[in-house]
Amino acid sequence: MKAEHRQGWLFVAPWALGFLLLTAGPMLYSLYLSGTSATLLSPPQWIGLENYRRMASDPLFYRSLGNTAAYAAMGVPAGLLLALGLALLLNAPVCGIGFFRTLFFLPSVTNTVALAVLWLWLLNPEFGLLNAGLRACGVEGPLWLQSETWAKPALVLMSLWTAGGQAVIFLAALQGVPRELTEAAAIDGAGPVRRFLAVTLPLISPALLFNLIMGLVGALQVFTQAFVLTGGVQPGSEGGPNQATLFIVLYIYKKAFQEFDLGYASALAWALFVIIVGCTALAWRLARERVHYEGGTP
Amino acid sequence: MSAPRAGPAAVARLGLTYVALVALGAIFSAPVVWMFSSSLHGLAGVFAQPFRWLPAPPHWENYVRAVTILPVPRFLLNTVIITAPVMAATLVSSALVAYGFARFRFPGRDALFALCLATMMLPGQVTMIPLYRLFAWLGWVDTYLPLIVPSLFGSPFYIFLLRQFFLTIPRDSEEAALIDGASRLRIWWSIVLPQARPAVATVLIFTFIGTWNDFFGPLLYLNSPEKATLTLGLNLMKTQVLGSGVVEWNILMAASLLVLLPNVILFFAAQRHFLRGLTMGVGK
Repeated sequence: MKAEHRQGWLFVAPWALGFLLLTAGPMLYSLYLSGTSATLLSPPQWIGLENYRRMASDPLFYRSLGNTAAYAAMGVPAGLLLALGLALLLNAPVCGIGFFRTLFFLPSVTNTVALAVLWLWLLNPEFGLLNAGLRACGVEGPLWLQSETWAKPALVLMSLWTAGGQAVIFLAALQGVPRELTEAAAIDGAGPVRRFLAVTLPLISPALLFNLIMGLVGALQVFTQAFVLTGGVQPGSEGGPNQATLFIVLYIYKKAFQEFDLGYASALAWALFVIIVGCTALAWRLARERVHYEGGTP
Repeated sequence: MSAPRAGPAAVARLGLTYVALVALGAIFSAPVVWMFSSSLHGLAGVFAQPFRWLPAPPHWENYVRAVTILPVPRFLLNTVIITAPVMAATLVSSALVAYGFARFRFPGRDALFALCLATMMLPGQVTMIPLYRLFAWLGWVDTYLPLIVPSLFGSPFYIFLLRQFFLTIPRDSEEAALIDGASRLRIWWSIVLPQARPAVATVLIFTFIGTWNDFFGPLLYLNSPEKATLTLGLNLMKTQVLGSGVVEWNILMAASLLVLLPNVILFFAAQRHFLRGLTMGVGK
């Protein structure tokens, strides 16, 4: 028995060690840094809650919060709806469906920087495909990334293009819905909409919750798209017109690695941490009673 | 679709499904087709209005320029130098830990496993500054070590994925080997891992995708342009091309397509492994 304990510990030791060295230790150190005036060169000096006070009166912090909230509020519901719609379409038993599944899924497994460079060109106000298409419909498209109003919707559009990943998860859930249940509902006279809302939706609710939380966490941490799409030629120019795409992670990155304000950046990182945990917990609590797990809640 | 007989309603629904699939498919694939088309235009053609989808003649030499404007072969080599050891180390360490969680009883195991799962949700921003200081203190900035060494400690998602798979493997042959005096490590390597091939493949593929395409890690730790990975190099190229007088979008599109290519090939070669990895997290 004792030997089994020892062996078990040895097998999980790499992770346990990594947890201490690369997660727990750095988290504690980060908490400490957030109470100091550390920069890249100067050693940390304890200043208590000063960084948090500074944050409370930092307009750029509020700007980045608002930007991130707006991005998540647009992107997460739109992404869920599009992914669910795609999954319902892709669940149809028609021939050639494998081709379409691949087609919609492909953009979500590729390189974010390459996709961002592509979207930079797609969103080009003068020569881009998007505005060319709008022009063909008789609409003069906006300036997208060069417009304070349209920069965030442009990034949301790009994120929608990768909704295939979430669609795959919905699709797997839809394929687990027993056909007898929807057929029984049809015999009882339920129309397609009612069948979807009363039978299918509850059965795929675990996938919905999963996609909601992953989508939310992803949206709150959006970085690469904003960095590549709104970073101009000069380093430090990221953030878009009038800081419209200065998201929290981008702001943390700029404070930490362009201005080397490590103490303040650590405090910002903790604020983001609290926000993410809070949002996840809230989504979890709100959804928990409504989510139906086959065979009871785990 | 509820009944096998094809009534007019079913036929109409099938037709509508196809129309929707084709319309959405066209919208979803248009950017990539346009990207490919742009990459084959000359500089005049790329800015021509209206845009011509079929470049005549196709400027294949754009691809040569795309890999020589910056040292792309060097970036490719750098990316391989990082990705290969990360794949090996992630697999071995995660599979060791997963085996520990799946097959041994020891005090604190369930709490540790819960902790491991919890770290999956941890936003990396909280640890990135201390880790940067740690690696800077070790003198590892502008080397590949900060990008490789953490993979030696296992990755929570893959530990979870492999553990779930190990639990479905019957223990009979392991117990027989134990009685024959084989060590646990030997059993893990020669009995368990071969039976877990599908999960191993999923881990390798996801690690490849994650490391090959990583932007944030190389952005933080690699300062010298000649050490850049493909992803970081593409961003360097973007900055350089945007900064020149006339923006060579054709070259940027060619370079982006080349960066996407390994992903696409891998995706077609191993589609079912992607699906397994993606749908793994939902059931818990």
